[in-house]
Amino acid sequence: MQAGEDTLEKVVCEAEVEIKNADGLHMRPAMQFVDLASQFECDVTVSNGENLVDGKSIMQMSMLAATCGTKLQIKTEGPDAEKAINALRELVEHKHFDEPTPGEQKEL
Amino acid sequence: MKFADFVCFDAVLPELKAKDRDGVIVELVSSLDKAGCLKRGKRDDIIKAVIERENEASTGMGKGVAVPHAKHPGVKDVVAAVGVSSSGVDFSALDKQPVYSVILLISPVNSPDKHLQAMENVFRQLQQEKFRKFLRQCDRPDQIEDLLREADENPFLC
Repeated sequence: MQAGEDTLEKVVCEAEVEIKNADGLHMRPAMQFVDLASQFECDVTVSNGENLVDGKSIMQMSMLAATCGTKLQIKTEGPDAEKAINALRELVEHKHFDEPTPGEQKEL
Repeated sequence: MKFADFVCFDAVLPELKAKDRDGVIVELVSSLDKAGCLKRGKRDDIIKAVIERENEASTGMGKGVAVPHAKHPGVKDVVAAVGVSSSGVDFSALDKQPVYSVILLISPVNSPDKHLQAMENVFRQLQQEKFRKFLRQCDRPDQIEDLLREADENPFLC
């Protein structure tokens, strides 16, 4: 993560995250992402390199078709941008939306 | 992925009879069954799976559309049915508004990537106000098919 320049309280943060859960960013994880993003004041945008979408819109997030292994660029802009990006990264990469990763799935 | 790759055009219902959510799900899954898109004898099980999924969290995304779906071994490939209700149905949508257009999608258990690609297409089209409006106006199955094929060829722009 590159902590952004702090100009007039406008903090900009960017991070690249990788989808780790086997089923990818289907509707339930997308909802979790949108719910979390919406708790913050800052703007959240997400890109898969092809589409740039609003991280607070479930319809738009579902358009990313982010499969397991896909890398997404998250950008947050606003007073709580840093908190938001940390929380979103935690959800995607560490909690992987409380779903199994491909390795964990095989063990089941 | 395009609509033509997964929508079963023999399972499009421009005039849904059901007036409630579960009724719409039964109607659409049954039309997929009649069209031969489901493995034999799996209809009831699939209906149950879609309703259970819907109970977890509504797929009524707002703007009058819902996308009920489930993963189930009762299909070989991703299949979808499309229904339109002129009176609107309560799907407990995010915006609390009635739902007029329903795209019901059933995916096999072991191909999450295909499911995501089909969903990507569905949402890319449903984002477009024109597409939503035209879909709602369809009152014959061939109009729905034409609209979806048209959207495949020339995606509507906002």
